[in-house]
Amino acid sequence: MSLSLNKHKMPEQDPKVRAKNFDEVTLGYSHEDAVNEAKRCLSCKHAPCRQGCPVQVDIPAFIKHLKEGDADAAIATIKNVNSLPAVCGRVCPQEEQCEKHCVLAKKGEAVGIGRLERYAADYARNKGELVTPVDYAADAQKVAVVGSGPAGLTAAGDLAKLGYKVTVFEALHAPGGVLVYGIPEFRLPKEAVVKAEIDNLRKLGVDIVVNAVAGKTFTIDELMEEEGYEAVFIATGAGLPHFMGIPGENLNGVYAANEFLTRCNLMKAYKFPHSGTPIHVGKRVAVVGGGNVAMDAARTALRLGADQVYIVYRRSEEELPARLEEVHHAKEEGIEFQLLTNPVAVVGNEQGWVSALKCIRMELGEPDASGRRRPVEIPDSEFDLAVDTVVIAIGQGPNPLVQSTTKGLDTNKRGNIIADSETGATSKPGVFAGGDIVTGAATVILAMGAGKKAAAAIDQYLMAKRAETK
Amino acid sequence: MLGINKECDDVYKILVKKELAPSVKLFEMEAPRIAKKAQPGQFVIVRLDEEGERIPLTIADFNREKGTVTIIFQEVGASTKEMGRLNEGDSLLDLVGPLGKETHIENFGTVVCVGGGIGIAPVYPIARGMKQAGNEVISIIGARNKDILILEEEMAAVSDQLHITTDDGSKGYQGFVTQPLQKLIDEGVKLALVVAIGPVVMMRSVAEVTRPYGIPTVVSLNPIMVDGTGMCGGCRVQVGDESRFACVDGPEFDAHKVDFAGLIARQRMYIPHEKNHEHHCANKQGGGCKCHSH
Repeated sequence: MSLSLNKHKMPEQDPKVRAKNFDEVTLGYSHEDAVNEAKRCLSCKHAPCRQGCPVQVDIPAFIKHLKEGDADAAIATIKNVNSLPAVCGRVCPQEEQCEKHCVLAKKGEAVGIGRLERYAADYARNKGELVTPVDYAADAQKVAVVGSGPAGLTAAGDLAKLGYKVTVFEALHAPGGVLVYGIPEFRLPKEAVVKAEIDNLRKLGVDIVVNAVAGKTFTIDELMEEEGYEAVFIATGAGLPHFMGIPGENLNGVYAANEFLTRCNLMKAYKFPHSGTPIHVGKRVAVVGGGNVAMDAARTALRLGADQVYIVYRRSEEELPARLEEVHHAKEEGIEFQLLTNPVAVVGNEQGWVSALKCIRMELGEPDASGRRRPVEIPDSEFDLAVDTVVIAIGQGPNPLVQSTTKGLDTNKRGNIIADSETGATSKPGVFAGGDIVTGAATVILAMGAGKKAAAAIDQYLMAKRAETK
Repeated sequence: MLGINKECDDVYKILVKKELAPSVKLFEMEAPRIAKKAQPGQFVIVRLDEEGERIPLTIADFNREKGTVTIIFQEVGASTKEMGRLNEGDSLLDLVGPLGKETHIENFGTVVCVGGGIGIAPVYPIARGMKQAGNEVISIIGARNKDILILEEEMAAVSDQLHITTDDGSKGYQGFVTQPLQKLIDEGVKLALVVAIGPVVMMRSVAEVTRPYGIPTVVSLNPIMVDGTGMCGGCRVQVGDESRFACVDGPEFDAHKVDFAGLIARQRMYIPHEKNHEHHCANKQGGGCKCHSH
């Protein structure tokens, strides 16, 4: 039998149709597709795919179960180490991780590991997962997790399974962090996938307190000194939007991607006026930036009714930081890429609204510190891109609320918490940190990896602490 | 204890409801963990229902013993009108805070507290705090007419002098809050600080009155915001040569540095949408909304 060099195609909504709705773009494998795709796996002994996974899922084992048609065993294998497989199967950059190392990728396409993970997770959820609540010891130690994004949820799940009483504190009215406010519904369904994963954590016995702003409603010191939490994991993410610092950024119609996406995803502005939060889109939209957040914002603008949506990025296509799949989907849907183009000012009309984005063309020069060729301006190449809305998606920094109110917690120049990369331990005893608050804006799976490592380190720390007091 | 270890999320119950003026309502809310931390100048964000917007409201009062915070709001849009229909015993879906920085309170000397319309509500705890810190507190409160003037007695109780202005002269001086303020300056009263909260145009006028004399002046801004924790950047406002976030850097800023024109423009951003929302909610109220179908 000869192996196909290509992955089995995953069905998708037609680009013309999906550009007008918020339903999920990709539809997932059928059981038959999943089994056939699993059969492409060579089951190589050295399993290089595993080294690409930040949470070390036993990929060959779960794929072997799928080959045999046993999705129950497959999901059990994944869930041993990954508490959010339905999320990871959708948003992980597999082409940079597990699939990058797949032997098949040398000659053709890697095994669709992400698609198979998604299939197994969706199968289990649709079937109705049984979650066994943790049987806590009477003297179980209390751990606080601050932030309910991927790092916080992962740590909370692992710690609960180890028998710790975990409370997760979330500043917004709904748990999930970037999974809820940032990543759009059409890539990651909120009710069907995210809420289901969070409900599973609750069933496990994790308490989730919403509307609790660390640094305002309570402080980390109070949790430890007054509330009896013996360890704290800080996973507050990258919540502070960066602006470009160019003229006109405060005009009406200029959004940070955080606000644009939060209005749409968390606040459901796409249902306005049925929901209470409005959003301004207009007919022509420019999204500045080339990462996944920029692709999400551009595709969201299209679905909110914009006729023309541009991605404005200062380097070339090759340097786009977004996942290939996202760029591909955006192009299919009709997003226009203005590459090697840098905004220099937002132009407004007399009423204070955006009327254009003034840009300049760029060319690539010598490589810079990142190894990428530095974009330099082409003299006299300015032009106006006529738009009603500008969305700035050039990155996010750390929100300072926790760091500025916690005694003895060291931060770096950028304001990120300094934490050990293997354990998440910070300068403050009993306080651990991980995810974007430590690394700066990165991926869901890296944050989950940090959550896993911190949970293991917190377990060690608390066992040692208990041994000392006995 | 902070009271944040409940098995389930908090219930934010309305303990007391008062109508202070037509379309101006007061809720005293059960919110022990917010009451424990609240300081003058801070705000909360409330949400009424699952698809409701996040509404920022300044804290008008707090009682640490009872574990309550008081909010006062004007029914200006669809959401605040819906909120006004709630009664004692009902609950808000979400209540989060205290957000923003507290007012810097110390013994400055003579402090003028200016409140316009609904802005009198957040001025009240600031005036009280200033009085407790040993300041001579001169308060100036104004409204369009006497029927919509709120917290007169409360302000009188924490002020050494209270001046009242109404646009139509139905109470106090006929005119604007800036007039008694100008008079105080003209009379040579040495003012260490002016705190002004109210409509943006009022705050801008107060800033213009005090600017020539270099009297330190603080205003509390209420721009459009979503999360209130520094995440969305929607509440940014130009202060001097910096763009600041009202939710975490404010809400109070140096009045002489605020770009009021920019703030006014940004506050108008969703006016067309709001009309649409109000229309939608009015239909919903009548039971026969036609908006869902399109």
